[in-house]
Amino acid sequence: MKHTISALVENKSGVLARIAGLFSARGFNIDSLAVGETQDTAISRMTIVVRGDDAVLEQVCKQLNKLVDVIKVQDFAGKDFVDRELILLKVSTDGKTRHEVLQIVEIFRAKIIDIKAKSMTIEATGSDSKVDAIIDMLRPFGIKELARTGKIAIARG
Amino acid sequence: MKGAEILIESFRKEKVDVVFGYPGGSVLDIFDIIYKSGLRFILTRHEQGAAHAADGYARATGKTGVCIATSGPGATNLVTGIATAYMDSVPMVAITGQVPTRMIGNDAFQEADITGITRPITKHNYLVKDIDELPRILKEAFYIASTGRPGPVLVDIPKDIQNASTDNKYPDSVEMRGYKPNYEGHIQQIKKAAEMIMAAQRPVIYAGGGVIISNGSEELAKLAGKAGIPVTTTLLGLGSFPSTDDLSLGMLGMHGTKYANLAVQDTDLLIAVGARFDDRVTGKVSEFAPHAKVIHIDIDPTSIRKNVNVDIPVVGDVKKVLAELIKNIKKCDTQPWLNKIGRWKKEYPLSYGKGGLKPQFVIEKIYELTKGDAIITTEVGQNQMWAAQFYKYTRPRTFISSGGLGTMGYGLPAAMGAQAGCPGKLVFDIAGDGSIQMNIQELTTCVLNKLPVKIIILNNGCLGMVRQWQELFYGGRYSSTILNAKGPDGEKGITFCEENRCHPYLPDFIKLAGAFGAEGVRISKDSEVVPALKKAIESDKTYIIECIVDPEENVFPMVPAGASLNEMIESMA
Ligand SMILES: Cc1ncc(C[n+]2csc(CCOP(=O)(O)OP(=O)(O)O)c2C)c(N)n1
Repeated sequence: MKHTISALVENKSGVLARIAGLFSARGFNIDSLAVGETQDTAISRMTIVVRGDDAVLEQVCKQLNKLVDVIKVQDFAGKDFVDRELILLKVSTDGKTRHEVLQIVEIFRAKIIDIKAKSMTIEATGSDSKVDAIIDMLRPFGIKELARTGKIAIARG
Repeated sequence: MKGAEILIESFRKEKVDVVFGYPGGSVLDIFDIIYKSGLRFILTRHEQGAAHAADGYARATGKTGVCIATSGPGATNLVTGIATAYMDSVPMVAITGQVPTRMIGNDAFQEADITGITRPITKHNYLVKDIDELPRILKEAFYIASTGRPGPVLVDIPKDIQNASTDNKYPDSVEMRGYKPNYEGHIQQIKKAAEMIMAAQRPVIYAGGGVIISNGSEELAKLAGKAGIPVTTTLLGLGSFPSTDDLSLGMLGMHGTKYANLAVQDTDLLIAVGARFDDRVTGKVSEFAPHAKVIHIDIDPTSIRKNVNVDIPVVGDVKKVLAELIKNIKKCDTQPWLNKIGRWKKEYPLSYGKGGLKPQFVIEKIYELTKGDAIITTEVGQNQMWAAQFYKYTRPRTFISSGGLGTMGYGLPAAMGAQAGCPGKLVFDIAGDGSIQMNIQELTTCVLNKLPVKIIILNNGCLGMVRQWQELFYGGRYSSTILNAKGPDGEKGITFCEENRCHPYLPDFIKLAGAFGAEGVRISKDSEVVPALKKAIESDKTYIIECIVDPEENVFPMVPAGASLNEMIESMA
């Protein structure tokens, strides 16, 4: 099952390697990982999306918690939370397809941030299902490049 | 103060009375301060020896062991010792030199990314990049190593940091948001556990190394006595409960006693205390203690429900939780259960056959002569299991062995460290002829530092434990397990010189003892054992007793890997 794990960690070198090590030692591939400072600049939040056996991931979360540089860990699986991801996507366009692409952009409330004769660069944010949907819709036109931030998440309330 | 001075100051403040290590280019500044400081420093002959010695010192004394090595190869030589300490939760601070800060990452001479290498085998580690942080980091290192579930902490100090100065003082306390060990067990959980214990018909306590680490042996004995609960221990739990007590079941697991394993398979309540359900203990985990509810007391939340399901977890310090538990328990009557166990004990005692000098016999004699008052370290293999089975441990910190990692070559340097920490004690290393060769160079360290360790080499001419598996599970094909000079002979079997006193063995351990400045004697008959042991015990020298033992003796009972604890092999027949 897919888990979204949020960890508050000391904003220090080496922390990322320690956290990544707990997953890589088990041969888990991290789907996405996003890191940034929190309201307290000495603390970073890492949001990790990973697929794996529930019991194994429970153990991983406990072990994350045990790391000296980790302050708090939450697994959002089954919890009430909001999540977002931002993508930048360069899609091939020409006179014929431009209009259709613009329509898709509008439906998904995405934004055009650059436009050239043969391509358009689009910025979109949303939950993973929304982001996946816009990528799917644009794929037939030819995606030249795609960059995703990885998911960030926060508990509701 | 300079970085190197701050380090030595931290040793003084943390009451470190001995440090083990080895010098080199990146730690010259530290060694220069050591030279002037009057600190007791023991120069080992290999950095691995230094790490194991610090570990043995820590296990014998309960204090934090400290070792120092230079950058690159010095640091990588510590790795096995650090991993050994990590697996067995031993408090250790390892200090390594590092190339100067500006050269890090450039493949400088003797550079190794030792914090990267040791990340998965340390409780925590630090690369010091700023001299102002050094005092705090050292304080944290000692604190982290020795609190909660202890473990090794490595501090990597670049050469320029050792020479840089700061006004920051060594702090008296630490404040870490991410590290706050919890010692107090949840009182509600403890009360529930007490109820469950009083309701049980056939309870068993399964005690691990955590009891010894938390100094909780007295509480364990009180609980067992009050509630009438028999106690089995893990390998590292030996000594946490007196094996001479009527309630003792000895060790459980792969080479546990038959009665301990039968009791665990029959129990209706397993109380795990400072133990972690290792696969060498549980055998096939789905068939482990099939009728039991489980109470698990451990300071480390990640130990709980890692391998088995637990009905009542109590996270906290074993000593504190047990003390609280005792208060909540009334005297229980478990006599019918104890009677049943008594019958098993009579029916299935640990035993061994006749024929030549038996290693088990040697260990029994060591017990008889020391009355259980020695510190026993072991190497790994059959020697380790026989030392666990046939010596009766009655006090904590008297059995010192690499349980989790199973490191051959651990015993001698660990004995050396234990002896350095407990000068008045008799310290034995029970060794195999294979393992002892892995850190034999530390004989020099023992001799020069007047550490009169007694080394009992159970010389079976082979890598006995591996050979045993080959005999049982690989059709007797002794692939690369025969160490004697002649090597394997034909399809199966070992050829030994008819007259064991000639030298079918290489090396000649007695000559080796002489070369290192130690005493040595070779024996091969039952009648020689006690006199040789007496002489060694009376001697103030480092001493080797090489016992030429039955080459194909096996460790029984044995639960094959992956089998359930009911499926014990009891002999070759
Ligand atoms: C460093 C290391 N290498 C390999 C092993 C695998 N191993 C486990 S027991 C054993 C044989 C040990 O032989 P010896 O020291 O002679 O002891 P015996 O079993 O004969 O008592 C080996 C090779 C190990 N535990 N540690």
